[in-house]
Amino acid sequence: MEILVCVKRVPDTAENEFELNSDGNDLDRDDLVYSVNEWDNYAVEEAIQIVDNVGGSVTVITVGDDESEEVLRREMAMGANNGILLTDDDFEGSDGKGIATILKAEIEKGNYDLIMTGAQADEGAGQVGGMIAAMMDLPYASLVNKIETGDGKITVGREIEGGNQEMNEIELPCVVSIQTGINEPRYVGIRGIRKVASVEIPEKGASDIGVDAAAVGEAGAKTKRIDYFVPDLGDGAEMLEGSTEEIITALIEKLKAKGGL
Amino acid sequence: MTQIYAYITFANGVAEDVALEYPSAAKKIDEGATVTAVVTGSGADLDKVAGDLTATYAEVIKVDNADMAYPNAEVVRKALVNILPSDAIVLVPHNTFGMDLAPGLSVKMDSSYAADIVDFEGIDGTVLKMVRQELGGAVSTHVTTDISAGAVVTVRPGAFAPVEGAAAGGSVTDKSGDAGDLASKRKFLEVVEAEVGDVDITKSDVLVSIGRGIEDEDNIEVAEELAEAMGAVVSCSRPIVDAKWLEKSRQVGTSGQTVKPKVYMAMGISGSFQHMGGIKGNPYIVAVNKNPKAPIFQVADLGIVEDILDFMPELTEAINDL
Amino acid sequence: MTSIIGPASFKFFGVFPAAILSFILPIIGIGLFTYIMARRIAPLVRANPDNRFDQIGGRIKNLILVWLGQIRQPRYMLAGVLHIFIFAGFLILSIRSTSLVIIGFKDGFVLPGFSGVIGDVYNFLKDYAATFVLIACIIAAIRRGIMKPKRYAVPEKYGKDHTAEAVFVLGIISTLMISESLFEASELAYEFQHTGQEHFLAPLSLVWIFKVLLASAPQNILQGLHVFTYFVHDLAFFFFLCFLPMGKHFHVITSIFNVFFMRVKKGNIKPVMHGVSDEGLDDLESFGVKKLEDFTWKHMLDFYSCADCGRCSDQCPANAVGRPLSPRFITIKARDLIFKNYPMSGEIYKSKMLVEDIYTEDEIWSCTTCGACEEECPLGIEYIDKMVDLRRGMVDEGMVPQSLQKPLKALEKRGNPYGKMEKKRADWAKDKEFKANYEIKDLAKDEADTLYFVDSITSYDDNIQEIARRTSIILEKSGVDFGILGKLEKDSGNEVIRFGEEMLYQDLKEQNTAAIEDCGVKQIVTADPHAYNALKNDYKGLPPVKHISQVVAEKITKGEVTLKSCLDPDKVYCYHDPCYLGRHNGIYDDPRNALDAINGLTRVELEKSRDRSFCCGGGGLMLFYEPEEETRMGVLRVNMAAEAGANVIVTACPFCLVNMQDAIKVAGKEGEMEALDFTELIEQHLE
Repeated sequence: MEILVCVKRVPDTAENEFELNSDGNDLDRDDLVYSVNEWDNYAVEEAIQIVDNVGGSVTVITVGDDESEEVLRREMAMGANNGILLTDDDFEGSDGKGIATILKAEIEKGNYDLIMTGAQADEGAGQVGGMIAAMMDLPYASLVNKIETGDGKITVGREIEGGNQEMNEIELPCVVSIQTGINEPRYVGIRGIRKVASVEIPEKGASDIGVDAAAVGEAGAKTKRIDYFVPDLGDGAEMLEGSTEEIITALIEKLKAKGGL
Repeated sequence: MTQIYAYITFANGVAEDVALEYPSAAKKIDEGATVTAVVTGSGADLDKVAGDLTATYAEVIKVDNADMAYPNAEVVRKALVNILPSDAIVLVPHNTFGMDLAPGLSVKMDSSYAADIVDFEGIDGTVLKMVRQELGGAVSTHVTTDISAGAVVTVRPGAFAPVEGAAAGGSVTDKSGDAGDLASKRKFLEVVEAEVGDVDITKSDVLVSIGRGIEDEDNIEVAEELAEAMGAVVSCSRPIVDAKWLEKSRQVGTSGQTVKPKVYMAMGISGSFQHMGGIKGNPYIVAVNKNPKAPIFQVADLGIVEDILDFMPELTEAINDL
Repeated sequence: MTSIIGPASFKFFGVFPAAILSFILPIIGIGLFTYIMARRIAPLVRANPDNRFDQIGGRIKNLILVWLGQIRQPRYMLAGVLHIFIFAGFLILSIRSTSLVIIGFKDGFVLPGFSGVIGDVYNFLKDYAATFVLIACIIAAIRRGIMKPKRYAVPEKYGKDHTAEAVFVLGIISTLMISESLFEASELAYEFQHTGQEHFLAPLSLVWIFKVLLASAPQNILQGLHVFTYFVHDLAFFFFLCFLPMGKHFHVITSIFNVFFMRVKKGNIKPVMHGVSDEGLDDLESFGVKKLEDFTWKHMLDFYSCADCGRCSDQCPANAVGRPLSPRFITIKARDLIFKNYPMSGEIYKSKMLVEDIYTEDEIWSCTTCGACEEECPLGIEYIDKMVDLRRGMVDEGMVPQSLQKPLKALEKRGNPYGKMEKKRADWAKDKEFKANYEIKDLAKDEADTLYFVDSITSYDDNIQEIARRTSIILEKSGVDFGILGKLEKDSGNEVIRFGEEMLYQDLKEQNTAAIEDCGVKQIVTADPHAYNALKNDYKGLPPVKHISQVVAEKITKGEVTLKSCLDPDKVYCYHDPCYLGRHNGIYDDPRNALDAINGLTRVELEKSRDRSFCCGGGGLMLFYEPEEETRMGVLRVNMAAEAGANVIVTACPFCLVNMQDAIKVAGKEGEMEALDFTELIEQHLE
C-alpha cells in the first residue's frame, strides 16, 4: 500500500511554557521549541506498521519553511521511506483551505492508496484531512483509532463520545485523520535523525506542483489569525476564605459557572 | 440581518445540548440574526427531535433519509450541500461528528471555515471576528473569516450559555426531497461500546481527583459520593495507585492518563508537575489542601485550605441539597 | 607378595593390563574436554571486543582477593564458609589428582619436589582437605536438598529448579573424595597387615577413618578395592572435568579468568563499542546488544561463570519489590541460550532479538543501575553494562516506553527531562528570602574558583530546590568562591547514558563540557550524586569533582566549619547511602563523619548500609518509568529505617529524598518519620 502522511511542525506543548511577546499580540517565539505535531507522529507510526504488514511505502509530506525539513527527517528516521517538502514564499500565511489546496496539488501527482493526517494539532483546527478528501472526492474518516487493511478497502474505528468506537468500512483510496493512542510510536533519537541526514528530500514550490499562487498563501486566505492573547487567569489560585459554609456557597457558584455541576 | 443555519446532532431522539447554545452564539455573531435549525436522520427519532427543536427555533429543517439513520458525515454533507444556500453561515458542533463533517462541507459549499470557536465578536462588513484557544489552551487567538461566500464554523460545545425556557413556537420544514444523491464510499458498520465498568477518566468533563490527603482506602468512598453528586468521575494521583486503592487507569499524570476535563477538583493533591503534566486543555482547577503552601495552589484557579476529609462530605451535602 | 599391586601393574583377570585403561581414560577425557571447550569458546570468538588487558595491577589484586582470597564469600556466612572449604580443598587436591592420573600407568609416581618433607606436609594437608570438602559437600547437599534456602528457588517463569544438578555435582565431588581416600587407605591397610608398619596419617581424616575400618579386611578385598577406587576416581575425575562446562559448575574452570577480567574501575559505563571513539559513533551500523553475539566476550564469559548462587537477585531491589527483573536469570537465560545456539555438535543457530526472545522490555527497563548485584557477585559478573547495552539496542530500534519518550524528548529540546525552559534553570536562587541574603554568581558573566553543578531535579523541582539553596549557603559560609552555569547547564546525563540514549548523552556531555571549560573553574562541587558520578566517571578532562559531603567533611577536619549541637537531640537519625555516592564512588565515611560532628546527634546504622545499601527506587529518568511492582523500593527502605529505630532518614541525594518522602507517605508513616537531605541538616547546624 502506498501511504502518504501529511505532517506539520508545531510549537511543542509539552516542552514550552507559552508567553506573549512584549507587544502582547504574538507568542514570545525566542525560546519556543518545535517538534512534529503529536497526532501526526501517531499517523506515521500507523503507516509504517501497515507497510510492515502488507508492503508498500510511506511518504511524509509537509508544507512549510526550511525548518520544517527537521520534522520530515524525524519521521523518516522512524521509518518513512520518502519525504517531500512543499515550500514557497507564496505559501506563507495560508489558511487551512490553502494548505489543503497545496497538498492536493502534490497528492494528485502521486498514486497513493491511503492519505493520512493527524486528527488535529495543538494550534490547528483539525481541518486539512477532511478538506483534501472533499477536494479530491475521496471518502474520509476522522479521529481514527484503529485500522484494519482489506482488499481495496480498509476498516477503521473512529473514536467517538463516551469512549465508544464507531466502525466503518471505507473504499480505497481514502483519507483518514489519526487520533492519538492508536499505537505506541517508536522512539527516535538524535542517532536516528543523523542516519537519514544525507537523504535527499525534494523541495517543491508553487510552480512545481501547479498551484495558482493567488489561491493560496496570505492572498488566498479567507480565515486569518490576527493576534494572540492570554485570557486573564491571575497569579496563582484565587483563595476562598471564611467559614466552611461560606466557602462551600462560593465554591458552588464557581462550579456552576464553570460547568462543574 | 444575518441568516444562520445551525446543524444539530442528536442521540436516541434527544438533541445534544449545543442545540440550546447556538442561539447565544448566533446573537454574538449578529444581535439580530435569525437561526434555522437543521437536523438530519431517519424515522421517529428525527421527527421527535425536529418537533422538540421548534421550542427553540422559529424554523427547523429536517432531512429524512434511510441512509442517514446513522449519521455518516459524507452522506450528511451531500444532503446539506443540496439543501442550504451556497452562501449560508453554518454552525456545526465541534464534536466527533462535527469534525468529520465540517471541513469537507466548507469545501463543497466553497465557503470559508473556522473551527472550535469559543466566542464571537461580531461581524464587521463581511468579516466575522471570533475567539479560539490554541496550544492546549495556553493562549487564545482572535481569528477572522470572510463570510461573503458563506462560512462553516464549528462551535465548542459548552462555550456558549444555553437559552432556557424558550418558546419559539416554530415550524418544521421537510426538505427530504431536496437531499439528492446520497451514495457514499464509506459504510457504517457498528458502534463498539466501551467496556462496562472500566471508567475512562479521559472522557469525563468533571474529575474529582484525590491524592495523599485521602489518607486511607476507606475514605475513597467520600470522594466517590462527591463525584456522584457532581456527576463526575473519581481520578487520582500516583500514590493512590501505588497503594492499590484505585486502578492504574484512574491515575492522572505524566505516567498516567492525560485528561482534558472542564473542571478538575484536586482534593488533597500536592500538585507535582508529574501530576499536573497529565492535565491538559486548561480546565478550571479547584484545589483543596490542608497545607497552605502546597504547590497546587500556584497552578489552581481556586484554592481552599481545608482538610478534604472534613470538606468533601459537607460539599457533597450542599450539592445534594441544591 | 609383599605389597599391594598398583593400577599401573594390575592385570584384570590376570591378563588384561589395567595400565592400558588408565592410559586411555585420560586421553579420552582430555580429548573430550578440549573439544567441549573449543565449542564453548566459539561464541566468545564471535562476540564483540572488550578491553580487559588494562589496569593489570588492579586485576591481580582482584585475583588475589576475590578469587584466591574469596573475600566476597563470607557475606553469606554459612554458604560462604562451605564454599571456601570446597574451593581451598579443590586447590590442594588438584595436585593430588594430577599425580593420581599418572600413577595409573607409573607405579608410585610422585610429583617432582613432593618426595620429602614437602610431600609429607602436603599429604597431611590434602587428607584434611578431602575430609573437609566431603563434610562441606554433605552440609551443602543438606542445605540445597532439604533446607532449600529461598534464594536458590527458581520462579516458574524462569524454568525448572536447579537443585538436582547441584546435588548431583556435590555427589560427584563426594565420590572423588571418598574414592581417593579409599584408594590410599586400602594400600596402607594392606601394607600394615604385611609389615606391621604404621604410616602417620592425619588423625580423624577420611583416610585415617577408612584405614581403621579396613584394618582387618581380607587382602584380596583390599587389593580389589584399591584398583576399583582408583578407576572410580579416574572416571569420576574426567567425567567431572567434561561435565563442568555443561552447566553452573563451569565456574570451577572460568572463575579465575572471570575474576581477573572483572570490572576494576567503578561508576563508569562501557563505550558503545570498544575501540570506537565518541567521534566514530556515527559510523556504527548498530548500537548496543540486540543479538547474543552483540555482547562482549567478557560478558559471555560472565554467563558461563555464573554459579547460580542467587546472591545478586537476593540483593537486587527490583527483584525485592516484584519488578520483572532478577539479575540471576538475566545471566542464566543468556547462558541457556548460548548452550542452545551453540550445541555440542552440529550447526550453530542464528540468534534472534534478545528482547523478545529471552528478555522482556520491562525486565530490562526495571534496573535502577544501583549496582548491588555486582557488588555482591563472588565471581565478578557485571550487570549494569549489560543492561545499558541492551537498552542501547532497544533505543536504536525505537523500543522505548512512552513514559520515557517524553522526558527524553524534553532532554533533547530543553536539556532537562521536565521540558522546563532553560532560562528558568537558576530560578531557585530567586526565592525572596534567599535572594535577600545571597547572591549567586553566574559563571557566564562572573568568575569563581568553584563551579556548583546543580543538575536538573535540584534546579526545577519545587521541593528539591531547597537543596540548591542549602548547598549554596554551606559553600558560602565555608568560604568557597563559587558560581553556577545557569541556563548554560544541561542535565548531567547520568541516567541518559544508563538508559541507553548514547547520542543524547554525548550531546549533553559536549554542551556541559564546553560550558565548564569556558568558565575556567578549578573544581566542581555538586550535591547530586548522579551528577557527581557522571562528571567524575563518564565525562573526561574536567576539573576535580567533589560531592558536597566531601567538602563539608574536609572543612570540618580542617576546622573551617564548626557545627552546633544537635537541634533535635531526641530524634534518632540514620544515614541512607545513595547508590551513586556509596557503591559507585566509595563515599561512605564523609557524610557519616559530618553527621557525627554534630554534637548530641544520635545516629543508628541500618542493617543494609554502605556497600549493601538498598536503592530508594532510582533517580533521573527512573522517576518517569512506571514498572510493574508489588511495592515501592522506598517503602521497603523506610520500613528498614523504622526497624532500626530511626525516625529521621538522612540522605545525600535529591532523588533519594524524593523517593523517601514519597515512601514515608505511602507507608503511612507521616508524622512518625521524616526524610532530610544532608545539606539541610548541615546547613541548620552551621555556626
